Formats: sequence, structure tokens, C-alpha cells
Amino acid sequence: MLKLQTLVKGLMTLALVLGVVSGARAEMNVEFSVDGSAGRYAIAIVPFKDEAALPTAPTPVVRTDLALSGEFRMVDGSSVANVPFDPTQIDYAKWQAAGAQAIAVGKVVAGAGGQSTISFRLMDVGRKKELTSGQFTVPQERVREVGHTIADMIYQAILGQPGIFNTRIAYVLKQGRSYQLQVANVDGSNLQTILRSREPIMSPAWSPNGRFLAYVSFETHKPVVWVQDLATGSRRAVANFKGSNSAPAWSPDGKRLAVVLTTSGNSQIYLVPAAGGSPRRLTYSDGIDTEPVWAPDGGTLLFVSDRSGGPQVYSVDTEGGTPRRLTWQGSYNVSPRISPDGKSFTYIRKNGGEFRVVIQDIAGGEGRVLSTGYNERPSFAPNGRMVLYASVVGGKSVLYAATQDGGSKVKLAVINGDVQDPAWGPFNNP
Amino acid sequence: MNLKQLFIGTATVTLLAACASTKPVPAPVAPTTASSAAGTSQAAAADSSKTVLDPLKDPNSPLAKRSVYFDFDKSELKDEFKPLVASHSDYLKQHGEQKIVIQGNTDAVGSREYNLGLGQRRAETVKKAMEVLGVNGKQLEAVSFGKEKPRAEGNSDAANAENRRDDIVYQGQ
Repeated sequence: MLKLQTLVKGLMTLALVLGVVSGARAEMNVEFSVDGSAGRYAIAIVPFKDEAALPTAPTPVVRTDLALSGEFRMVDGSSVANVPFDPTQIDYAKWQAAGAQAIAVGKVVAGAGGQSTISFRLMDVGRKKELTSGQFTVPQERVREVGHTIADMIYQAILGQPGIFNTRIAYVLKQGRSYQLQVANVDGSNLQTILRSREPIMSPAWSPNGRFLAYVSFETHKPVVWVQDLATGSRRAVANFKGSNSAPAWSPDGKRLAVVLTTSGNSQIYLVPAAGGSPRRLTYSDGIDTEPVWAPDGGTLLFVSDRSGGPQVYSVDTEGGTPRRLTWQGSYNVSPRISPDGKSFTYIRKNGGEFRVVIQDIAGGEGRVLSTGYNERPSFAPNGRMVLYASVVGGKSVLYAATQDGGSKVKLAVINGDVQDPAWGPFNNP
Repeated sequence: MNLKQLFIGTATVTLLAACASTKPVPAPVAPTTASSAAGTSQAAAADSSKTVLDPLKDPNSPLAKRSVYFDFDKSELKDEFKPLVASHSDYLKQHGEQKIVIQGNTDAVGSREYNLGLGQRRAETVKKAMEVLGVNGKQLEAVSFGKEKPRAEGNSDAANAENRRDDIVYQGQ
């Protein structure tokens, strides 16, 4: 299933064909690339014993995951005269000479009923000590998931923080006048279309438990906020008032949604129970108040308001009160999202003709630019170490997931369409 | 597989994912015909078989004009569009059962949600002007398409000017 294409001018293309259902009429070309500096931590992932017998081998999944995190550099094992499957077989001197700080080895054992048992051990090359290990018995169709879990375990063992390789992203695919709300794993696999429409779809927002998506659909010829159960496909309108309904954001406990309604004659932020019920108005201005997002503690919302002229980012207590302005540089600052630790936020700052992705401390400061050019709607990975955003390149909207320092970027693009309005999902992946 | 090639420079993975999904996908929403989406600003051609011409269908009626344009970053009603708003207001006052939707639009630059707010502000401008002229607010709904449904594609000055616009859409048309 893995086809390696030729190396051209330092660029390498790997065509990975997966999930192709025989006889499927619709095919979508997703371009998925890792771009940027080599990660800090050198690691060797030796192909597991007998993994080639599986439809999806686990170690290529692990390598792709660790590489896309931007934190790891893959050590080329092809020239090392040692192919271990077990720690006792590791020639540490050779791997140390090849530059590896850690090495993962493992094996696949076929069991009854199409099940396979995959085991691995991660060893510190310098200290010859085990860093982590695991064993999984799964049907073949779940081997990719095991690959992500192994990558998460390696990430956790080396960086001391949870990995994001089993998390998902949501985005809108626009092809001409056709819109699809899609959900995929961060590595582009397990792609699902949640909603298709001939009218615009925008602003997907994940529920904290990963089970629901709220979004704005124009299918009734006006913006209405819907909540959809990803497992069953059932959905309902949670904000469908006279005027426009938009910008849904979930409270951390999943019980409420912040939405923007226009029943007062301008765009203002309201809180509505996720289970349905009456909205309570939160912001009062003569301007546009929009793009609410909850802080992780549930006590504060960030939002955008042009009450002072151009749009700026403010914070407000969820019980109400006077909002506090957080952005002071530039005349156009929009689309805030708070980091999982609640200490910083990312947003879009207009600078001349550019719409830059910026990360700034809630406490203050200048903020630092993560991406120049034209960008939209940044959101943090659930571990806070990457930011996902849409970027227009050559007239086409693509997604990038960048490390916080901008040193490594992963691109997700669709050959014949625009990928826009991304949202990185939570750790919960039911 | 050559790992050195894989992790030097840029790795591009082409993913061919079948659209056939194992999880349920809701039935497609009711498709919108091109005419109902694009025809919002144009009166339908007059039907010559009718003896009494519906002014909403008369291309020569002042009511045939259904688009109100705005300056860059502005939502104030320009003088040149006040007669248009007055004509529609007169008709709505004479036809209390008739409802309209005023759809606000913006150019293609910037936050989708903030643009939705800007389009709403433009739609509210016309709604409030009609209410001032005596139209019952229950006949009016102001909504926004933001930058999501541009009539003119692209970011040229001409396209942006065309997209800074309200469309008046009569219910049932």
C-alpha cells in the first residue's frame, strides 16, 4: 500500500494510499506533507518483525506521526548493520554512531480470528534503559490506531507530555459551490464527511467530549447553529432565531454554548444550554461582538468586538461584567483561541496586507508571529504544542499545523478544493 | 522504504480516501437551485399572459432593483440607494402580508465570523431605514451571508465592490 516516489531537489513525495474501498466512486486527493526543520530529538523506529504481513504496517504510522509533531528527527536505519526486534538484539554502539538517542523495536504476532498482537519497547540508546513499552492485540483494521497509540506513548516517554496522534481535526472542504464538513485524524486518515451541502458551512466547534460538532450551516438560506452527534449523525438546531446565528463555542463542561445572535439588531454574544433552552445575553455593545471562545477554567470568555473601532480581542467573565481588551497592536485582531493551559491565546493580526497567526500571553506582551501571509482561524492542539490554521497559498486554502515556534509545519491540502475553517479536536476520541 | 529519503526535506503523502464512509452521513440538505440563489437580486421576466403585471415581476418597476451597495468598511446607506429603499418600503406598507429578507454581504478578506457581523450590520442598515419609513418590522428579517456567498469571485477592487452589498429577497420568490 506504500508507494515511494522519486527524490527531486531535496523534496520527497510519498504516496500513501489508504482507505480505498473497492468500487468507491468518489475519490478525494489529500496532500499531506511535513515541511521544515528537523526535530530536536533523534529517534530510530526499526520496522517491527513480521509487520509487512499486515495490510497497514505500524511503524510507518509511528514515524509519520512523530515527524509531523515537529519534535523528532528520524534516524536512517538503512545503513546500520543491525536490525533488532528485541532489546537484547540491539547493538547500541552502532545506533549511537548513527546518531540515535532512542530506538524503538517490536514485533507482530498473528493470532486467531484475524487478530494480531503488536508489542514494542522504546530504549534509551545512551543508557540502554527502557523508556516505555506496550502490547496490543487488535483486529487488522485497528493497526493504524495502535500505531498512533505507540507514537503517543513514545511522545509522552520522551517529552513528558501527551501526544496528539489519536486526536482529530474538523474542517470545511469547499469544491466550487459544494461544501463538506469533514472530520479526519491528524494524520489525514479516517476521513469522514459529516455533512454535505450546496450552501456554505462554517465555524465547526468540538464538544469537550469529542462526541459532538457544533457548526453554522446556511442550508435554510441563513446562518443557523446546529449540533450534530458524530456517532449517530443525528442533529438539531440549537440557535435558529430571527436574523443570523453563528460562532458556536462549547463551555469546558459541555453544558453550554456561546453563540452570536442578532435579535438585538447587532451581533452580540449569548449563552444557550447545549440541551436546548433560552439564550441569556452576555455582551452589550453597539458594535459587533463575535468569535467567543471559553477559557479552560470555564470562568472567562475571549471574544472579538469592534466597540472601540476596529475588531480587537477582549476577555469577559462568563457571569458578565466589563470586558477587558487584550490586543493593542494593529487595528484588526480577530479569531482568538485560548491555549489548553489557559496562559496564552492565538489569533489573527492584520499587518498591512497580511493576516498573521500570532501567539500572545493572556497576561500581556507583544505576542510572536507564527505565520505570515494570509491566514485564518488558528486553534491549538489539545496538548498546546501545535497550532492549526487555514492559509491561502496560490489562491487556494490549505491547512497547516505548525509547532509553536513555527519551525515545523504540516500541510493538509486537497488537490481540487479549498480546505478551510479548521478546528483541532480534544483528546477525547470516543 | 528508504528512511533517509523519507525524512530529509519535505515528505508529501498523497492520501486517496474513499468518500464512502462507514459512519452515517445525514441525508443531503435540500439542494438549492441556481436560480433561487442567484436570482435574488433580479426580478423574474414579466409574464406577458397576465393582464395585471405584478410589480415585483415587472423588470421596469423600481422594485426590480434589489441590491444596495456600500463603501469599503462602511455600513451607512448611501444617498443614491435611498430611493430604492423607499420604493420597497412603499410596496411593503401597501402589502402588509408580504415579507422580505435583507441579505448582507461583504468582500472576501478577513475573519469569516467577523465578516458575518459586518454583513449583518449592512443588512440591519436597510432594515432600520425601512422601519423608519413605516414598514412593520415583522415583515423584515435581516440576515448575513458574510463573505460566504460572493456574487463576484476574487479580491479585485471590482469584485470587492460588488460583494459589499445587501440583497432584498421577497418571500416566495
